Amino acid sequence: MTPAHSDVFIFFLTLAKILAIAVPLIIAVALYVWWERKVIGWMHVRMGPNKIGPFGLLQAFADVVKLLIKEIVTPTNANRFLYFAAPLLAVIPALAVWAVVPFDHGVVLADINAGVLFLLAMTSLGVYGIILAGWASNSRYAMLGAMRSAAQVISYEIAMGMALVCVLILAGSLNFSAIVAAQAGHKGLFDWFWLPLLPMFFVYFISGVAETNRLPFDVAEGESEIVAGFHVEYSGSAFALFFLAEYANMILVSFLAPILFLGGWLSPFQGWHLGWLSQPGWWWLAVKVFVFATAFLWIRATFPRYRYDQIMRLGWKVFIPIAIVWIFVAGCLRYFGWVTTGH
Amino acid sequence: MKRIIAYLKSLLLLELFAGLWLTLKYLFRPKYTMRYPMEHIPQSVRFRGLHALRRYPNGEERCIACKLCEAVCPALAITIDSAPRPSDGQRRTTRYDIDLFKCIYCGFCEESCPVDSIVETNIYEYHFERRGENVVTKPQLLAIGDRYEKEIAAARAQDAAYR
Amino acid sequence: MPMNHAIFQTVCFLVFAGAAALSALGVIGFKNTVHAVLSLVLTFFSAACVWLLLQAEFLALALVVVYVGAVMVLFLFVVMMLDIELEPLREGFIRYLPVGIGAAVIMLFEMLGIIGVRAMNVPAGPNPAGASNIEWLGQALFTHFLLPFEIAALILTVGLVAAVVLALRTRTFSRRQDPARQSAVRAATRLRMVKMPAVKPAPAAAEKETAT
Repeated sequence: MTPAHSDVFIFFLTLAKILAIAVPLIIAVALYVWWERKVIGWMHVRMGPNKIGPFGLLQAFADVVKLLIKEIVTPTNANRFLYFAAPLLAVIPALAVWAVVPFDHGVVLADINAGVLFLLAMTSLGVYGIILAGWASNSRYAMLGAMRSAAQVISYEIAMGMALVCVLILAGSLNFSAIVAAQAGHKGLFDWFWLPLLPMFFVYFISGVAETNRLPFDVAEGESEIVAGFHVEYSGSAFALFFLAEYANMILVSFLAPILFLGGWLSPFQGWHLGWLSQPGWWWLAVKVFVFATAFLWIRATFPRYRYDQIMRLGWKVFIPIAIVWIFVAGCLRYFGWVTTGH
Repeated sequence: MKRIIAYLKSLLLLELFAGLWLTLKYLFRPKYTMRYPMEHIPQSVRFRGLHALRRYPNGEERCIACKLCEAVCPALAITIDSAPRPSDGQRRTTRYDIDLFKCIYCGFCEESCPVDSIVETNIYEYHFERRGENVVTKPQLLAIGDRYEKEIAAARAQDAAYR
Repeated sequence: MPMNHAIFQTVCFLVFAGAAALSALGVIGFKNTVHAVLSLVLTFFSAACVWLLLQAEFLALALVVVYVGAVMVLFLFVVMMLDIELEPLREGFIRYLPVGIGAAVIMLFEMLGIIGVRAMNVPAGPNPAGASNIEWLGQALFTHFLLPFEIAALILTVGLVAAVVLALRTRTFSRRQDPARQSAVRAATRLRMVKMPAVKPAPAAAEKETAT
């Protein structure tokens, strides 16, 4: 970027970059919904959507159009301002996080030093959308859903943050690109952090499922107990925003698990001299993200919903102790040089 | 010792992985889905669908207004009025209505009929577009019978040994 | 362009600082407690933005993570559960106003004093070029200030334990379920499998049995 570029140019360039992330993300959410319905259908020995477009691919887009032209209903006695602010509060952090997520080496909107912290800050803001939706709806079911969600998200944020701390200790940086670079080496996939941090890898992914309020941790929605939880009163495009936020967060967790534990865009055969197979590239990240995104659906199709107290027990009595122990282990690994990071 | 083994088992998430493996196997199974408008599930000859009133081969309607079906109908869906027919004084129905909203398709009317007049066909793809169309009248029922007589007779013949 | 940059920063500062001040007023001004909590959230967020302008990104993001993301959520949690009578809360407003203003003025002078003392000293700038803000903070915390840091951690832990001890009471009549024990249950502990012949013995054999 030469000094000849005016501020206006830089402004529009940044805007174009933001659009280049946000628009594919929204399309990815639509396709992800389609893929979810397909995978769950297959696991139920059904076919899933197969009527609209080839393989039913356009089903998700048809649903989007349907949601957007539906009427938005506001409950009487709802707090109108907060009622309409809540979906925005849910969706804005979900989209803002993507500013620091790298897609390949150097392909990131804002390569800031405190990337992981920014991520934590934004994901912790997302819970406000849920809580305010529950409170502003003036509905008991929504309120119960919001309460459950708040408690759950806060609990699992701790375990998730501790899992991140382990990664940070090994990588020695808060920058995502640096974390991926620290996983480079000559031993292929055994250079990645999943091996020394195996329990944390599971803790992170399961906490990620819980953070996004997905099954089996979706007590915030709990159709069989509290109808649809915090978004029971929402319809039309307001509901679509919650939907978008939830799925964008799922894709985000599917991005972060590979970046933090599975070497991001690094090849699983790095250093093994297998020609192009050993080269790093965005396609490796894409494959890993796809696997994790599918794992979300797989888990949903397999496990029944946890009871609320079981969720709390898992978070506080299982994950956090394991995480604390493993922070110590990670510190030892780092201090005694048992794990080599970077080249 | 047992406790420790149970503890290790739960820590290694063995049961959860077993569950995941099961759903993964189901993912690749052949699917049971029928693509309904294009494919149909095979039907039994005893299928109980839309009603019809039959005629004898000479064109005479079978129904003799005995009202057994009206009496046996558990949902009170059938309404019958009868009078002597002006031409020859035989007892015949002047009105034979079935309210398809009330009907539970139990097939009692069919079984009670001494002359095999009221039958349930294997038609299940029908709908109503206006209020009141759910009550099918005698001419409609006779028309259905006339139209599908071949299929109805074939189904009865196939099932005759078991009646 | 540097000129532009400075102006932009000033405008940003004014916006964030103004938002912080206004929302701080909102905290004590709103009638609805949930609105008050939310404006406290906005205050924290604006303060974090101001810190970002000062390039203290670690502190700013930590503020958002800890206060906005966790503490205020719990606050909101509690406030939403409460059914607060609003009128009695406002009764003493005029009566306590002078005391409040007095306390505020004293605090203001104290703060100005501290800022003045700091400003008279050489502005601390030990941030070495090249090292990031976070690394520098970590170095300082875990070398120079290790003892105060650890003591603070210990005090917080003691507070945590004390809170649990104060609030925890085991009720004898409670029908609490223990998920750990529930999930540890095996089929064998609940169910006894009995082997029985699927068919009845022949009548002759049965007769013989009754005879004996």
